Amino acid sequence: MLMQAETQTDAPTDVPVLALDGITKTFPGVKALDGVSLRLYPGQVTALIGENGAGKSTVVKTLTGIYQPDGGEILVDGAPKRFPTAQDAADAGITAIHQETVLFDELSVAENIFLGHEPRGRFGLIDWAAMEAKATEILRGIGAEIDPAHKLRDLGIANKHLVAIARALSIDARVVIMDEPTAALSHKEIQELYELVETLKSQGKAILFISHKFDEIFRIADRFTVFRDGQFIADGKIADVTESDLVKMMVGRDVSQIFPTRNNIPGDEVLRVEGMNHPTEFADVGFRLQRGEILGFYGLVGAGRSEFMQALFGITKPSAGRVTIDGVEEAIRSPADAVDAGIVYVPEDRGKQGAITALPIFQNVTLPSLGRTSHKGFLRLAEEFRLAREYTQRLDLRAASLDTAVGNLSGGNQQKVVIAKWLATQPKVIILDEPTKGIDIGSKAAVHEFMAELAAEGLAVIMVSSEIPEVLGMSDRVIVMREGRMVAELAGDELTPETLVRHAAGI
Amino acid sequence: MLQRLITSREALLLGAIAVLLALISTRFPGFVTPSNLADVFNDTSPLILLAIGQMIVILTKCIDLSVAANLALTGMVVSMLNLAFPGLPVALILVVAITLGALMGMFNGILVWKLDIPPIVVTLGTMTIFRGIIFLISDGKWVNSHEMSPAFKAFPRFELLGLPMLSWTAILAVIVFTIVMSRTTLGRAAYAVGGNPHAATYTGIEVGRTQFWAFTISGALAGLTGYLWVSRYAVAYVDIAGGFELDVVAACVIGGISIAGGIGSVGGALLGALFLGVIKNALPVINVSPFWQLAISGGAIIIAVAVNARASRTKGRIILKSAEHAA
Amino acid sequence: MTDTTRFIPDRLQSPLQKRLKSWESLLLLVAIAIFVANSFASPYFLNAWNLSDATFNFTEKAMIAFAMALLIISGEIDLSVASIIALASTAMGAAVQMGAGTPVLILVGLGTGLLCGAFNGVLVTRLGLPSIVVTIGTMSLFRGISYIVLGDQAFRGYPADFAFFGQGYVFWVITFELVLFAVIAVIYGMILHMTNFGRAVYAIGNNPTGALFSGIRVARVKFILFLLTGLMSGVAAICLTSRLGSTRPSIATGWELEVVTMVVLGGVNILGGSGTIPGVVIAAFVMGLVTFGLGLLNVPGIVMSIVIGALLIGVIALPRLWKMWRAQ
Repeated sequence: MLMQAETQTDAPTDVPVLALDGITKTFPGVKALDGVSLRLYPGQVTALIGENGAGKSTVVKTLTGIYQPDGGEILVDGAPKRFPTAQDAADAGITAIHQETVLFDELSVAENIFLGHEPRGRFGLIDWAAMEAKATEILRGIGAEIDPAHKLRDLGIANKHLVAIARALSIDARVVIMDEPTAALSHKEIQELYELVETLKSQGKAILFISHKFDEIFRIADRFTVFRDGQFIADGKIADVTESDLVKMMVGRDVSQIFPTRNNIPGDEVLRVEGMNHPTEFADVGFRLQRGEILGFYGLVGAGRSEFMQALFGITKPSAGRVTIDGVEEAIRSPADAVDAGIVYVPEDRGKQGAITALPIFQNVTLPSLGRTSHKGFLRLAEEFRLAREYTQRLDLRAASLDTAVGNLSGGNQQKVVIAKWLATQPKVIILDEPTKGIDIGSKAAVHEFMAELAAEGLAVIMVSSEIPEVLGMSDRVIVMREGRMVAELAGDELTPETLVRHAAGI
Repeated sequence: MLQRLITSREALLLGAIAVLLALISTRFPGFVTPSNLADVFNDTSPLILLAIGQMIVILTKCIDLSVAANLALTGMVVSMLNLAFPGLPVALILVVAITLGALMGMFNGILVWKLDIPPIVVTLGTMTIFRGIIFLISDGKWVNSHEMSPAFKAFPRFELLGLPMLSWTAILAVIVFTIVMSRTTLGRAAYAVGGNPHAATYTGIEVGRTQFWAFTISGALAGLTGYLWVSRYAVAYVDIAGGFELDVVAACVIGGISIAGGIGSVGGALLGALFLGVIKNALPVINVSPFWQLAISGGAIIIAVAVNARASRTKGRIILKSAEHAA
Repeated sequence: MTDTTRFIPDRLQSPLQKRLKSWESLLLLVAIAIFVANSFASPYFLNAWNLSDATFNFTEKAMIAFAMALLIISGEIDLSVASIIALASTAMGAAVQMGAGTPVLILVGLGTGLLCGAFNGVLVTRLGLPSIVVTIGTMSLFRGISYIVLGDQAFRGYPADFAFFGQGYVFWVITFELVLFAVIAVIYGMILHMTNFGRAVYAIGNNPTGALFSGIRVARVKFILFLLTGLMSGVAAICLTSRLGSTRPSIATGWELEVVTMVVLGGVNILGGSGTIPGVVIAAFVMGLVTFGLGLLNVPGIVMSIVIGALLIGVIALPRLWKMWRAQ
């Protein structure tokens, strides 16, 4: 089998251009990386495989100088190196395609590509004309027709992503890290990206490719490395393994048992959404939801699912649309209105939107329910602790005390606090946006079981997820969105991985 | 291209100044003669110099409330230096003023960079400290015109091609910093740091270091202005330019520089300062009590920030294909 | 996952234990030290009437500081408070010219404060403008209106019974202002530490997005905080005008900085999210004692401002320097 000890035998004979050796990185409450190793060889694509929370993005940040490891070594051409800043990593020839969020909205496309290594002209001053010309060249090379003088903010998500790719290519790098580069791209753009990867390989560059999609891993990768829960599990040649081998290494157990079985008998209609529109984010969204039902929303990253949910929750203002709950039309202008109407939202971004991490657990849980725990506007701490205990116990929360700051908990336990907060308001509809993103496998199964339990109790559940197994395993019905519109509504036999991907990518 | 020019903040502000001048000229044509406009520019030059420095600081998501106190302290130091050594050449005085100002800026910058203290707290503190130091070194006394050497006083008034050196200094600063902000690493780093500090880190730009240099530049310009101020008005005392930091921030806000960082230009700072300068100089001409000036600049700040916020309000992510490039 | 659910205790540390290790305890020690040092430095310090007089150094500013503390904890700031005093005082002066009596003056003072606060609040919460810019603007605007009305003149002739608010004694050396200060401190302490509203203020200050996503009406809470800050500026305007007996447009110049300094010295995080009213109360005493003590030693006011400025930076810098030094 594939054990760590055997890795040297099937490795290429050359020295890895970049290697991690026993890297450790700890954050408050989590050991993100626990002595992991990784080797990248010239002219080879290495796929880094692991579930969310396995430590993939921490590795990327360590390799690019954003994080400093607590232990272990980074080796470039076999020699130990340190990257105190991102510039040092770039100087060592390492470049990464990050997500669109690490670009600059107010700067031009050309500058986003060249910031930090702009072409110079006379007196060492930045040569804008040369910069725009070079930017056009690089963008053409990846099949993107984007005016380099445009401000980045005027671009759509797929185009922003192409700018991020162009930026990585603008550095003459020896190592290119691609962190889920196809997540927001359409079918045609993905094909062009594959061609690009082939070109980079032929130029002798080492590529680290992070992806959740096995078909693409088997299509372009030469080697693989698997992480699980911050630990190195195995590496080797992709030709020596099958998909199910990889899944087993990734998950550490049989996959088919992950999802709870449900005997679903949907009840009365609880939510009806009609003709929801937004100027830039989504158009013509409408559906019905019954008590006890789990409705999945699938799509690529940036398909407008979260944006629609946030409009439904009153965060953003839709330009048109009607929301009816239990037959009563509700005007939802703020999240407070939504909570009053019985709709609650567990956001994807826990740290920023879901929890108030500096405040203790009990205060997070009671925040929307203070009206019930207080007396004439005055706090009653005993009542707060009672309510917080009731709901956190139901979710099997693990914490030192209810007075512990939420920021000190692991991702999975933070998610439990957010869910407990909303259950304490006794809602009718709960929206879960990527509910298991970035949490460990144990908590993941607990969240899934809990979702099934809630539905069985008659709560209507909307689940936004980009993980096909989760969507298929949990949903009674699935709505697929693409570029801000609903493109399919699937149930029963129509629910297969192929149909989901086909509709989401618009093939 | 043309559309971008028309909708730009600078063009809007230039239009506003033109309308203002046109309105004034209908009643007092004398105000818009070249020689009077040159006077207005000269009178506004200190504000322009400080606004440029402040703009760079604000671009990096900081604020420098100590500029007026820095100006006053530097002004007092060079005045006393002149008093003690009347023979000191003006070139040396300029070097001392710029260096001293830069050092004070560095002090602000190091507290923001290394100790991570919020800029507003740092500069509120140093503002009172710098003012207090003036009192300590001068013992509360004034340095008056007759105590200053003729050469010391002559520099800002010395005319070249019909414009005094004070104006030329401002023009030079505008040119130099236009180039610095658009075509050097430091200038672009300031935009990057303010626009998205998180992304700046990913790009290898150190946020704190960039802020440090912004404060240093702001301090150096304040020091330079300190000498020009005391020599032009031929007097130095504790309270000179009291409250001027607010005019400087006002000029920046009116000039379209976003207090949230990342948005602004030297041209904007220049126009914002000129807008305030025109109003200040026009009020006595059109027989409005100078007591109106404060309220007008306050109103201008609020209107400017409201207009700018409206223009740059995010419309959400662009997901629908039909919305792309529509902006 | 089927093992018995683990019991989670409410707390590991009692609130008292937490308090002993807090900023407020340290500040209290500083206050006591200054008090002792002062009583050794000057024989005039330990005199009930002198001490009573000295409370005027901070009572009016502290009233605003309590409301400002809530505002800063919520992540906003109001730099226009001193200008609101000027405008409220000017409005009261104008009312006197029209023959208004003391009750009307009170209403005019409080009303002007509320209106100014509402104006700031609308600009910040309705138009979504940054409060620091808005209130730098209204700081000029409000005082500017006072200058337009008064120019270099002054309003005088306040009714005799109006003098009570700034000059009256409740009993012995206890001034009306000191009593008012204590009452307001208690009220704000209760609002911040004992009510749903106070909890919302902390939530917003720690994470405005998270608070909004938790169903808190963020804009409404912030608007109320601006109203309160305006109202307290109106109260301070009544006290100060009553104490001085006249109104000039330059009244209370520079107070906004002293109020902010008092709040920050009291342990309120200028970036929002944490701070307490007891901390601000102690900070008010510290600043009052420093000013009074240095005054007795004939140190000029401007030098005291160095001390205040150094305190402001020092109280934040020293703990961080200490941390860095220990880390090495």
